[in-house]
Amino acid sequence: MTDVIERRETDNPDARLHAAVASGNRPARPNAAASTAAFATRALLRIKHVPEQMFDVTVFPIIFLLMFTYLFGGAIAGSTADYLQFLLPGILVMTVAQITIYTGIDLNNDIRKGIFDRFRTLPIWLPSALVGALLVDVIRYTIASAIMIALGFALGFRPEGGAMGLFSAVLLILVFAFSFSWIWTVFGLIVRSEKTLMMISFMVLMPLTFVSNVFVAPETLPSWLQGFVEINPISLLATAVRGLMHGTATAGDVLWVLIVSVVMTAIFAPITLYLYRNKN
Amino acid sequence: MEGLQTASPETEWAVEAHGLVKVFGKHRAVDGVDLAIRKGTVYGFLGPNGAGKTTTIRMLATLLKPDGGTARIFGHDLSREADDIRNRISLTGQYASIDEDLTGIENLILMARLMGYSRREAKGRADELLRAFGLEDAAKRQVKNYSGGMRRRIDIAASIVVTPDLLFLDEPTTGLDPRSRNQVWAIIRTLVRAGTTVLLTTQYLEEADQLADRIAVIHDGKIIAEGSSAELKASVGSGTFHVELANADDRDRAAAILEKRLAMAVFSAGDPSALTAQVEDPSLAAEALGELARERIAVSDFSFGRPSLDEVFLTLTGQSVSPDAHTEEES
Repeated sequence: MTDVIERRETDNPDARLHAAVASGNRPARPNAAASTAAFATRALLRIKHVPEQMFDVTVFPIIFLLMFTYLFGGAIAGSTADYLQFLLPGILVMTVAQITIYTGIDLNNDIRKGIFDRFRTLPIWLPSALVGALLVDVIRYTIASAIMIALGFALGFRPEGGAMGLFSAVLLILVFAFSFSWIWTVFGLIVRSEKTLMMISFMVLMPLTFVSNVFVAPETLPSWLQGFVEINPISLLATAVRGLMHGTATAGDVLWVLIVSVVMTAIFAPITLYLYRNKN
Repeated sequence: MEGLQTASPETEWAVEAHGLVKVFGKHRAVDGVDLAIRKGTVYGFLGPNGAGKTTTIRMLATLLKPDGGTARIFGHDLSREADDIRNRISLTGQYASIDEDLTGIENLILMARLMGYSRREAKGRADELLRAFGLEDAAKRQVKNYSGGMRRRIDIAASIVVTPDLLFLDEPTTGLDPRSRNQVWAIIRTLVRAGTTVLLTTQYLEEADQLADRIAVIHDGKIIAEGSSAELKASVGSGTFHVELANADDRDRAAAILEKRLAMAVFSAGDPSALTAQVEDPSLAAEALGELARERIAVSDFSFGRPSLDEVFLTLTGQSVSPDAHTEEES
């Protein structure tokens, strides 16, 4: 069709409508990478339009770090500067673990708003909707980590593991958080409302993050509690991150976290996808 | 052309369904629905809230697995060839199925990218659709700030980024003002002219009457009547006797008199001062009018003619306006 004809057609609104309706030819299906990129772009656009959602990754880390350093520092370690060396890696783990729930909340909102149905009727690689969102969440976790570490330095945090230690510690947190998020996508698909999801996440995360070695060394706890603290995945991650930051991590510390991450993904990612596909 | 990728040959049917069933707990939301929808037509599901319209659409759109029955969309089996079906259909849900935090153009570009358009093509297609749907001025506003009519249009635009062969529209005009409703109707008619088959649900009889080539009346998960608008009207009876009372308070008394005189059920069509009955013989209707006059019930208007779809629905679902039912309705 030539330019001249097209121009004449678009003079009239009805003809314009008809032309637009008739010209929607189907291109080749997008591959998995392309559809994942499209969903990641959506998540980035959401950050642009709803900047409030960045509160949790910017303000939370600052509040948590200041609060716990000055609240417990004197009592637990004798001085806030000493405590900060112990606390920062743990509180970083705790903060990132807590903001993983937003992945589930976003999914839950999509389901209630109907856009979820639209995505599910598209002939695309279905996991891309979730993977795209999770990849952008990884960016959010990185921002939270960067803010907390920067503030830590200002307060006197001096990691002995150097830049490489910090970098690998953050990387390990990101791997763990990505895997951990699949738990919330499962709940996001099951529960009816955002409120219920928040309540469940609170019930899971409170014991998981507080009954761990984030705040205190487990040796100070009663033995029955020590047992839980030692197998708590948050403790495993905190130990590895602390070790990497201070240059004392063993291969075993890191390996445990990787195993836990793989196991969580292997269990919860397939459940998520099953529920996603078969949601009523 | 299509024959290459499909095992079954293309049929003249967009949708063929036999005995579809969906059960939620103990409630049979869809209870044995048969459908045959010819390509290139508009098919209307007419029924009140909770009749099973949306559930049926969700099954046909591959979103819900049926608990019984079979269906083929363009010859593709619903349970085994969902991906082939997804290549041909599009769904516009009852509530805006787009990201309300994103702008109009961002939503359309997202959909176009998910359909496989390149970044540049996606932008071009989004611009084209926004212009065609009269949304170019709102392109850069978040959808949550759109009016109801604009929201519906962007929602439909997102569904036809790639022109679907079959479009499901779940209550496309519910809650819209008349002008927006007319715009949506114009879009639907244009789609059909371009070759798309449309399956729409509606609670509005006028909408089904205006748009649909064939209509299925759904009630309690079952299709209780099916046919063209004219066929449905004819099936109810040759004549509809309609009486408009001057005083709504007389309705119960008038209904009783008419039921006795006509020996026929009398229905209400929503209007508190109106009564309707299916009457074969005009002279009987005339006698009944005389009876009302004798009882000093003032009639402001009456008619005798073919029934409206409204009346068809009331007759089929049997919601009589006997005084008892009427009081129950109000309490």
